[in-house]
Amino acid sequence: MAEPRLRSPLGRAIGLGSAKEGVEHWWAQRVSAVALILLGLWFAASLIALAGADRAAVVAWLHHPLAAILAVLMLIAAFYHSALGLQVVIEDYVHSEWRKLSTMVAMRLISMALAVAGTFAVLRIAIGG
Amino acid sequence: MTPAERPLSPFLIYKPQLTSVLSFSHRASGVALSLGTLLLAWWLIAAATSDDAFAAVQWFLGSWLGLLLLLGWCFAFFFHLCNGIRHLFWDAGLGFELGTAQTSGWTVVAASGALAVVAFAAGLWVRG
Repeated sequence: MAEPRLRSPLGRAIGLGSAKEGVEHWWAQRVSAVALILLGLWFAASLIALAGADRAAVVAWLHHPLAAILAVLMLIAAFYHSALGLQVVIEDYVHSEWRKLSTMVAMRLISMALAVAGTFAVLRIAIGG
Repeated sequence: MTPAERPLSPFLIYKPQLTSVLSFSHRASGVALSLGTLLLAWWLIAAATSDDAFAAVQWFLGSWLGLLLLLGWCFAFFFHLCNGIRHLFWDAGLGFELGTAQTSGWTVVAASGALAVVAFAAGLWVRG
């Protein structure tokens, strides 16, 4: 006898449960984590080398195309990973619905704004100086 | 209305263990690093703006408060990095045995502590 199916064919095809989302969040967090192992170590090493440096040294560093590309990739991966992580923290600890929604919206907007500002700064130094 | 007698969260009733402390610390360090991105953005924008703006950030980072924050973020970064790699192994289905989880936990504590100390010392040495 076939197992009784309680979900509609459409529901089974979409494959999402009561959480209304699939495994994309989980995967995105892992993929960005793997990227950040290398990008984070490179960025940390660069910052150590620039400890106490003046602006000219930072500008010279980001004038190198490879450094600028890696810095932009690092910023994208870091802010994406950070927003995904903060989302889970907010979901777990903020319980009232309107407060959860407003915290989530504020967190996403600030993350996006910082990511764009940081990326623009790197590009301005890399291209303009 | 009297509050219902509901079960308490595990962190309120269980004795702290290495595995639970590291799990919570992973979250806490992640939040701390997220807050640190504010400083990172300030540093980059200042570098793109002017010598004065950049000198202001560097002055703050060199102050005792700035150095204290950098030291904290240094530990948070290397801990989150090492423990994150431990999490990736778990995601691959490896290292769930109690003994292995305990050993990998202490390895994370030792490795991240050592890396943080070396990195911060290197930064201070470069700064001169």
